[in-house]
Amino acid sequence: MRILVFLEHSGSELQKNNLGVLAKAASLGADVAGVVIGQGVSGLVEQAGRFGATTVYVADDAALASPLPQPRVDVLARLAGEQSFDAILFASSVLSADIASGLAARLDAGLNWGLVDLAIDGGRLVGTQPALGDSVYVQVGWKGGPALGLVRSGSFEPKETGGSAQAVAVQVTLEEFSSRVTLVEQLRETSEGPSIEEADIIVAGGRGLGQAENFGLLESLAKELGGAVGATRAVVDAGWYPYSTQVGQTGKSVAPKLYVAAGISGAIQHKVGMQSSGTIVAINKDANAPIFEFCDFGIVGDLTTVVPKLTELVKARKAG
Amino acid sequence: MKIAVCVKQVPEATGHPRIDPSSKRLDRSGEGALNQYDVNAVEEALRIKEANGDAGEVVLVSLGPERALDALRKGLAMGADRAVLVSDTAAAGSDLVATSYVLAKALERESADLILFGQQSSDSDGAVLWAAVADRLRLPVISQAAQLTVAGGKARVKRQTEFGYDVVEAGLPALIGVSDAINEPRYPSLKGIMGAKKKPQEIVSLADLGADAAHAGEAGSRTEVLALTPPPARGDSQKIEDDGSGAEKILAFLVERKLV
Repeated sequence: MRILVFLEHSGSELQKNNLGVLAKAASLGADVAGVVIGQGVSGLVEQAGRFGATTVYVADDAALASPLPQPRVDVLARLAGEQSFDAILFASSVLSADIASGLAARLDAGLNWGLVDLAIDGGRLVGTQPALGDSVYVQVGWKGGPALGLVRSGSFEPKETGGSAQAVAVQVTLEEFSSRVTLVEQLRETSEGPSIEEADIIVAGGRGLGQAENFGLLESLAKELGGAVGATRAVVDAGWYPYSTQVGQTGKSVAPKLYVAAGISGAIQHKVGMQSSGTIVAINKDANAPIFEFCDFGIVGDLTTVVPKLTELVKARKAG
Repeated sequence: MKIAVCVKQVPEATGHPRIDPSSKRLDRSGEGALNQYDVNAVEEALRIKEANGDAGEVVLVSLGPERALDALRKGLAMGADRAVLVSDTAAAGSDLVATSYVLAKALERESADLILFGQQSSDSDGAVLWAAVADRLRLPVISQAAQLTVAGGKARVKRQTEFGYDVVEAGLPALIGVSDAINEPRYPSLKGIMGAKKKPQEIVSLADLGADAAHAGEAGSRTEVLALTPPPARGDSQKIEDDGSGAEKILAFLVERKLV
């Protein structure tokens, strides 16, 4: 089986979730190729090889500088036409979801999304897709090929194989309609401390904080625990905390060892971004909040008293 | 300006959606509702129309069983001008590629200047359809729009990504997926609800659209459901009322799990 993995980068690094997909594809016993698309991206080949790709296709062109999906569909459609891949896999992101969907239409190929596992059964790829608020796991297959799949973030751990990949340049020819979107401006947000993708511990807050200032309580606890602060969609929209910390369906999916949810009701949009965390602790005033149905330990109470007290206790324990 | 909004009927949020074990499709026999994320797209279309002196037209386009018209009427009650529902037994069970084919056929007939999609469907968690439809129509696509301005034959969008916000532009016609952060949708007025029944509501078949049934429904689908399994158990959950010792109890739990 030949699997192509789309490798998304930020700056000069491939993203962790993409490396996880490479590792999973390699563990299936497949011949794994990667593809990097952008401007000045050939330096990423070495990293892809180190994490399991044997071949890396490189589409390097000034027309691919902006992170927009349609030119990438053109590149992948051409590559899929020249090479025969049994599957083309993507780690879910805002960009890759649009690429995978456009490519599915272009190739008239099947796309399954939200995959948390992949296996080969009788020579065919089978995916696991949680559905209906993750209340049921659906085993999904593909008819015809190539099989396109979007993998949910945090599903697979990267594995360094120490290998090296052969770089193969790909010719870039774009459709006229694919170049009609132009990037005007990029606004980047940064927050202090470890990023939520890398942190082992996340202390996250939602609307139950009551006011933006109460994020200070979470920052103090995160600092004592050595973690990062996350936020729900609602409070990010309200301007209480930066978008880069948003956990959930339209933000980041995270799987830290410990996730402390303070004032978070646990709506499905948030749940899908954090439910694969190792341990989930919830603090919420509302005893009927859905978060209590999937946390490991929950306190029904006022976070403005519980959180500062917990911070003091952690601090005292570290000191003692 | 003509704006088409693609919408979907989904099982009512208050119900308990289930997958029919025999057909392995979502059970749509209960009450249906307009997908909540599509309501933001309808609202945005109405605002653009209103900002243009109420000139032009907002048309709802959907694929589903005939009774999906009930859900479309909510969009008409909000202020959309008419609805087109593609309903055909040969289109039942369409996956992403098949759905994108059918919707593209319906949209080709409309030749709208702007096509809007909601952020995702609340039943399948799908958040990708717009890009497939755009590829079939060979139109520029922009997703996750948190702000949309249409002027001078161009759409300017502030969109959310994992890293912050990007501002992008495309000339019309274009297809845009809006985030649910883009607006606060209006509630239909009583007058709107009464008027909705009289607005044009057309049900069309695949043949009416000149669509090839081989590309629709199960025949046109390229994915399949093989089996349903229960999700892995998360283990026991404890819920304790805070009696003043809540913080101590959390600490004890974290110590037990070796997390501090």
